[in-house]
Amino acid sequence: MDETTRESPPSRRAFLSRSLTAGAGLAALGGTGTATAAAPAVAAAAAVDPPETLPVSLTVNGRRRTLRTDPRTSLLDALREDLGLTGPKKGCNQGACGACTVLLDGTRILSCITFAVMFEGAEITTVEGLADGDRLHPVQRAFVEHDGFQCGFCTSGQITSAVGLLAENPRPSTAEIKELMSGNLCRCAAYPNIVAAVESAAEGRS
Amino acid sequence: MAFLRPTTWPEALAAKAELPGAVPIQGGTDVMVEINFDVRRPEALLDLTRVAELARWSETGGRLRVGAGVPYSRVIGELGDRLPGLAQASRTVGSPQIRNRGTVGGNLGAASPAGDSHPPLLAGGAVIEVESAARGVRMIPAEEFYLGVKRSALEPDELIRAFHAEPATGPQYFSKVGTRNAMVIAVCSFALALHPAERRVGTGIGSAAPTPLRARAAEEFLAAELDWAAGLAPAGLAPGVLARFGELVSEAAAPIDDVRGTAGYRRHALAVMARRTLTWAWNDYRKAREQCA
Repeated sequence: MDETTRESPPSRRAFLSRSLTAGAGLAALGGTGTATAAAPAVAAAAAVDPPETLPVSLTVNGRRRTLRTDPRTSLLDALREDLGLTGPKKGCNQGACGACTVLLDGTRILSCITFAVMFEGAEITTVEGLADGDRLHPVQRAFVEHDGFQCGFCTSGQITSAVGLLAENPRPSTAEIKELMSGNLCRCAAYPNIVAAVESAAEGRS
Repeated sequence: MAFLRPTTWPEALAAKAELPGAVPIQGGTDVMVEINFDVRRPEALLDLTRVAELARWSETGGRLRVGAGVPYSRVIGELGDRLPGLAQASRTVGSPQIRNRGTVGGNLGAASPAGDSHPPLLAGGAVIEVESAARGVRMIPAEEFYLGVKRSALEPDELIRAFHAEPATGPQYFSKVGTRNAMVIAVCSFALALHPAERRVGTGIGSAAPTPLRARAAEEFLAAELDWAAGLAPAGLAPGVLARFGELVSEAAAPIDDVRGTAGYRRHALAVMARRTLTWAWNDYRKAREQCA
């Protein structure tokens, strides 16, 4: 892991200068030439060419990654477009389908409804990071053994979600699995097999 | 677009004062749906997840203060015994993934009439702590917080810091109608809290009026009708009391027809939920009294 690229949290000065820049930008757009001229040199220069991207440095699947991205970029888009990790899928882009599920410090979250720049210093695991080389993660093996998919589009989200579920609750009942996997939709309706796969993984049978 | 990342509360307040148009985010689960679909283009985003104190809760002098950044999953896991109504509502929010990120603070900030935390906050008599750099802290009772559809008493330069609530002293229940058991925005919802020490009843109606609201007439009727001292009466609640309570809750709502349901259905469902939650709560109350006796 390359610790040298890790950024410290922004200082008060750094974040206030950003907001001043934004304020000056608005003044320059709507205000008079005098107002712009009166602004500090650094703010005026930035107002002409406002910074459109922010740096973010995070660990993805055990590897330190640094990128610059538009602050509106979702974590999902940063993973897929900037880091080439296409395991997390864009199903609905509004937090309804679960296909974009990733683990944040081991906790399952939806990467489509969270901003990439919020994850400075965080540890993200996608489905690509679950296997140990060619050796599948037990949940991945269970999905294969139980045929827990048909078309496969939702599968990476299902598997990542199941890994998060078993970290929260290592021995869930069948009813709990159904309830706690309810944020992951499967349009092929492979639900009985998905539940069987998660049960099997929880019992250590896979 | 500016993306502000304060790390302390004073920095956050300074940023909000400087850029009142900045949209605060905790989990981002509400705000980002609108940004992904280009429904909203805020001039700036104010990321509050680095303000560590917002993710803490404490109990002092018999009162809970829960930071605006405590996610639903922690409300369920850590406060379920003290705030059972809010914990029940939290369990119905989105999916586990969303509950790991979404917060009561964010629900308050969005102030949607369909937000799941509002009915239990109203029933439990919660108070919202908001603050601005210019005018300091304001304590706003939940009932005065909701002003209209997605409008709250929060001023443009203010941020939500926490909510305050007393740990439950009696049964609390939450009920919600949706098309399925998960990932559902409430068609309508209802929360009930019994406060035996003051012989008072708290209610909260969700998704059946421009704002979440209390059913005051229903609360007063029920507080007067309940046999608080006995509780042991084998007959339990008189059917007439249950029915009237349901009617009064239903009458307090001002629902509309929309994609999720009709006004008539919502009125009907509210009466059903009111009767159900009251039955559950009164059974619990009587059981607790029997065990004490």
